[in-house]
Amino acid sequence: MILGDLDERDMLKGLRALLAEQGIANAAEIAERIAATDAANPGQGAAMVARAWTDREFRALMLADGTKAAEAMGIPMRGLPPLGVLENVPGLHHLVVCTLCSCYPRAVLGYPPFWYKSAAYRAKAVRTPRALLREFGTELARDVAIRVVDSTADYRWMVLPERPAGTDGWDAARLAAIVREGDMIGVTVPSV
Amino acid sequence: MTAQLAPGRRVRVRLDWPETRGPCHIRTPYYVRGQEGVIHRALGRFRNPEKLAFARPAEELALYHVRFDLRRIWPEADADLLVELFESWLEAA
Repeated sequence: MILGDLDERDMLKGLRALLAEQGIANAAEIAERIAATDAANPGQGAAMVARAWTDREFRALMLADGTKAAEAMGIPMRGLPPLGVLENVPGLHHLVVCTLCSCYPRAVLGYPPFWYKSAAYRAKAVRTPRALLREFGTELARDVAIRVVDSTADYRWMVLPERPAGTDGWDAARLAAIVREGDMIGVTVPSV
Repeated sequence: MTAQLAPGRRVRVRLDWPETRGPCHIRTPYYVRGQEGVIHRALGRFRNPEKLAFARPAEELALYHVRFDLRRIWPEADADLLVELFESWLEAA
C-alpha cells in the first residue's frame, strides 16, 4: 500500500483514532489546541511588549521566563516549547530567524508571515542581516550591533523591542497598538 | 562534553556530517559546524531530537545558547549570532 494513495480524510480519521486509543490526545484536546492555534495573533505578543514597557516587574518576569509571562497574560502555553525573550537595548538589536525550518513563537505571535519561511529570508538573515533590515525599511545606526538568533532547537524566540520616544504617558493599550509582528521578529522597530 | 559549561567558555562545534552516513535529523546548522564560539548561557535540558525524530529512546541533553562572530563565517555579515546547540555537538576550543 502506498500512503499517497490513501484518502487524506481517512488518514486523518485513522490518526485521530490512534492518538485517542493510545491516550496521547483525545478529540476535545485536539479541538482545544486547534482553537488556541487559530486564535493566536501578533496582538498577544504586542500586549506582552506593552505591559513590559509599563510594568517593571512584568518586564523582569518576561525576560527571565517568557512562558510564565505569557501565561500571566492568559495565553495558553501548556505543552508548547518554552518561550525565550530577547531584549533590545541601546546599541544591541536582535533579529530572529530559523534557518533549518520555520520555528516561530506561534503561541504568542500566531502563524508566521509568509516571508519568514522563505529561503531568501533565512539565507539573508544570517549572511547580510543589516542589508536585510534595510529591505524592511529599517536603517539602524552604524553603532547599533545586530545579534541574529537562529532558532534551531527547543526554544521559540521573540524580541522585546525598545519603547520608542514620544510615547511618554501612554497606557499599555495605546502602546500595544504600535507594536507590529515584525518588531517582535526584529525586522522592524516600533515608531510613532 | 557533559559537565555544565559556564558562560564565556570557548567551544568548537564538531565538524561532523552525519548526513553523509545515512538518514538523520540534525538541529545543528551546516554553517556553524567546525566554528568556534562562546557559551552565552545554559538553556536547560531537552530530549535529544536526533533520536526523538525517529521515535527512539531519547536521553536528555544540555542545550546552550552559543554565540558566534558571524564575520568569521561570512566577512560581509557584520553581526554576531546566537544558536541553540546541544552539548553533544560541542567540544573544547
